[in-house]
Amino acid sequence: MNKIIPWVVAAVFAAWVLSTLHEPPEPGFHTRDFGRLPALLNGRVQPLDSVARSTLLQIRERQSVGDLGATAWLMETMMNPDAADKLNVFRIDNFELLNMLQLPEAQKYYSFSQIQPHLDDLTREAQRANDVEDANRTAFQRQLLKLDNALDIYQRLKLSLCPPGTTDFAGQLAAYEQAIPAGVAAAQAQEAKKTFDQAALNRLLDFLSSYNDLAKYAYPLMVPPPTDAKSRADWQNVGQNLMSVVHGNDFSPAVKDYAAMVTAYNQNQPAAFNQALDDYRQWLGQWFAPEARHGIQEFFFNDFAPFYKAMIIYVTAFLLAVIALLTFALMPKTSEVLRQSAFWLVVLGGIIHTFGLVFRMWLEGRPPVTNLYSSAIFIGWGCVILGIILERVFAVGLGSAVASFAGFVTLIIAHNLSMDGDTMEMLRAVLDTNFWLATHVVVVTLGYASTFMAGLLGVTYVLLGLFTPLLKYKSGNLELGKVLAKMTYGIVCFAALFSFTGTVLGGIWADQSWGRFWGWDPKENGALIIVLWNAAILHARWGGMIRERGLMNMVIFGNIVTSWSWFGVNMLGIGLHSYGFMAAAFWWLLAFVLSQISLIGLGMLPTGMWRSFRSSAQSGTSDPSVSKTAPKTHPA
Amino acid sequence: MLLERLIRFFTSLRLTVVLLVLSLLLVFAGTLGEVHLGLYKAQTEFFRSFFIYWHPGNGSGKIPVFPGGYLLGLALLVNLVAAHVSRFNLTRDKIGLWIIHAGLILLILGQLATDMFAVESQMHLREGQMKNYSESDRMDELAVSDITDPKLETVVAIPERLLAKKGDIRNDQLPFIVRVKEFYPNSVLTTNAAPGYARVNATAGLGPTLWWEQVPRETAMDRRDVPSALIEIVTPQDSAGTWLASEWLEQPQTFTVNGHTYSFQLRPERYYLPFSLRLLRFHHDVYQGTDIPKNFSSQLLLNRPDTGERRQVLIYMNNPLRYDGRTFYQASFDQDNEGTVLQVVKNPGWLTPYLACILIATGMVVQFLSHLVPFLRRRRS
Repeated sequence: MNKIIPWVVAAVFAAWVLSTLHEPPEPGFHTRDFGRLPALLNGRVQPLDSVARSTLLQIRERQSVGDLGATAWLMETMMNPDAADKLNVFRIDNFELLNMLQLPEAQKYYSFSQIQPHLDDLTREAQRANDVEDANRTAFQRQLLKLDNALDIYQRLKLSLCPPGTTDFAGQLAAYEQAIPAGVAAAQAQEAKKTFDQAALNRLLDFLSSYNDLAKYAYPLMVPPPTDAKSRADWQNVGQNLMSVVHGNDFSPAVKDYAAMVTAYNQNQPAAFNQALDDYRQWLGQWFAPEARHGIQEFFFNDFAPFYKAMIIYVTAFLLAVIALLTFALMPKTSEVLRQSAFWLVVLGGIIHTFGLVFRMWLEGRPPVTNLYSSAIFIGWGCVILGIILERVFAVGLGSAVASFAGFVTLIIAHNLSMDGDTMEMLRAVLDTNFWLATHVVVVTLGYASTFMAGLLGVTYVLLGLFTPLLKYKSGNLELGKVLAKMTYGIVCFAALFSFTGTVLGGIWADQSWGRFWGWDPKENGALIIVLWNAAILHARWGGMIRERGLMNMVIFGNIVTSWSWFGVNMLGIGLHSYGFMAAAFWWLLAFVLSQISLIGLGMLPTGMWRSFRSSAQSGTSDPSVSKTAPKTHPA
Repeated sequence: MLLERLIRFFTSLRLTVVLLVLSLLLVFAGTLGEVHLGLYKAQTEFFRSFFIYWHPGNGSGKIPVFPGGYLLGLALLVNLVAAHVSRFNLTRDKIGLWIIHAGLILLILGQLATDMFAVESQMHLREGQMKNYSESDRMDELAVSDITDPKLETVVAIPERLLAKKGDIRNDQLPFIVRVKEFYPNSVLTTNAAPGYARVNATAGLGPTLWWEQVPRETAMDRRDVPSALIEIVTPQDSAGTWLASEWLEQPQTFTVNGHTYSFQLRPERYYLPFSLRLLRFHHDVYQGTDIPKNFSSQLLLNRPDTGERRQVLIYMNNPLRYDGRTFYQASFDQDNEGTVLQVVKNPGWLTPYLACILIATGMVVQFLSHLVPFLRRRRS
């Protein structure tokens, strides 16, 4: 029975994950199929679903608007903007900003209609804030610029499919098509200074002026290149295509189909909408099969949300592992069941995490780490793998606890980093090299991951030692404290290896690209600090300067060093590696550093105050023997 | 007795740890320093120095407060070598450590060599332009040329650090003294009186029509200092006038001494090459629908008169030109996309990090395996 429970727990979660793969038929408008359609944004082909999600993350910090899914919101915004204007999609937290816009403070999200009356004030103030250098901006100015950017994106989104106020876009296009011959003839006559039909010319010019706005401001490029275009990257926006018709080009079938969708959407005719959608998909399948396929794949990835699922599984695993640790002595059998359940959950989470990681790599055609977001995903992955290995070697539940905690936290960090928008953005010219991304970046990121992992083990040691008697409990022939020390030492060796190799590889990349092995760039310095710290830990231990507790305190300090290198240096805003200033992240970093310093402070308390050491000092050899239930670890 | 204690001190692991921690603090402080002082100045003060000094008040006094990069590097080197000589035996389980440390020594020495011998400069080319020299991105020189004979030009280049000392500069090739009366390492000029500006006290050339002001040294990475100087040309007989020399002035100014015509100009220090490069085309590609740069590339014509070599080369991101002991890489470009800036690096020690890296990686693998294998074997049994 006790052997089955862990499997059942894992199976239940696996079943939950698999069940989300099933897609029930959609009544009404086929929103999901619409979300799969490809468009070009940020220099890459992506499904409209991704356009919708990344936009919403930037303006609302959520991937949906209440019950309205991202794609459904996008459809409303592009096809029926007047209704979309009333949706509360703009997140505003800054009170000064709310006061300036005369908005009620009770809401968290605000609609475009609410903001619109004060748009002029906002634009003016935003321009002023824009002139201030980045590092000198106040919180108000930063929020203001963020809102200004969100409004800009939103208004461009509204101009991405049809002109404002259009309900029957298909009908409008037919009228436009009819107006062209007479209008063009009139224009040519005017050019040649002959008599011309002013009314026909005006009719055409009216169309063109509204399409010109679309051509100028559209956000995603919705129209695939003409089938005879030189480059498959030459996507157009709807306005550009409509304008080009005057010069004798054809309407793109995409525009015609989208127009039919707009008309059907506004007349609330799902059948007609779905028909136009299917027509378009068929055409795409014929001419733009790879792009259409990419849209479908990335939509699947968004929809499946592997990192979110892994996060939930990690939390559960962490709770189980902690309970297993705490009941280690009292209820050894239950503890073992919980430990194994936690372990298999971590493995399941790890599989889903790995799936997400690999799927992303495949979608992008890139090594795993290309920006800060993906570095968080990868660091978490590295920690989880290390934790699983530790748990296999020392089966005491510590590996699972640390792995699930690290996996959970890094995925939360990744989620917060995704607020900047597209996480699969194209790489700037310097970074456009898969070889160095695959070697230097991967290795150095593994160095970060293992340094964090060691730090986390250190934290575990201090917390368990201070507040529980567990460090003195035996698992096999080894005390838990000794097991932790062995684990930590091994991981530090690993961390030293990876961080050093990664840093040197970075130097070699720099030499290959710029003829300069070392430039004292802040990010390079950050990596160097990690190497120096790991080397210091190892030498201090080899020299007998530190023992168990010293080691633990040093690895906890390693957390500070690594977080500085990972995030801190990016906040300096100088050098080739910087990703821009992150004000909110700064306070989190500070809080993290303070928490680690207090942990070190706790770690330095005299052993008399440690539960683990006190109890053993008083009761001598009264450690409860749990060696019967815990699997054997190796002899010291 | 004392010797023994000294040896024990220099070979101790405790010293290693202390030095590593000090290095960590130095790198951290240096990184913060880079924000305020700029990359170059911070490097000179923190890493290319034996001590970091504190300058109390405005006085010229300075107090060493922390070991600098050179001192720590040197101490680590001594510590490492001493420990190996006195303590380590070349046993099987220490082979990995020996290799790692040999690699580290090579790495530190190589970086020291780079630091001392590497020269970095820049080459700015407009499309169609040809140059056979690169220019320092930091230091200037006062180039004084005898241009009497249009076929033959003799140039005397006076480096900025001499100008900065002010005073008289003599050169055998010049029949006059260049007297530096004032030197501003970074300056601005204007053509009419403005607050903060002083009239340039020159008597000849463009100087008398201008106002100037000294401004703080530049710390931003992407901007450089623009120096100006007030110089007097002193001949044995009398004076050929007091002139303003400034990098702001793009054209050379001329004067005559003993029937010879001289031109002078304050310009970025030049490094001449035995070949020339002509920029044929510069490309700057962006991703469709964005302004994210996808690639920068410079199509160049390399021309070497002494060997007759003449060929086209393409330099782009992550693909520099390595030629004649120098590396040319794509560093920047002009706003109008019709000019390129190449970084030119001459570094005789460029190979050392590669060798060091191979040594250290090998050592680490050896060391790692020599511990892992017995550990796993024990576990299995």
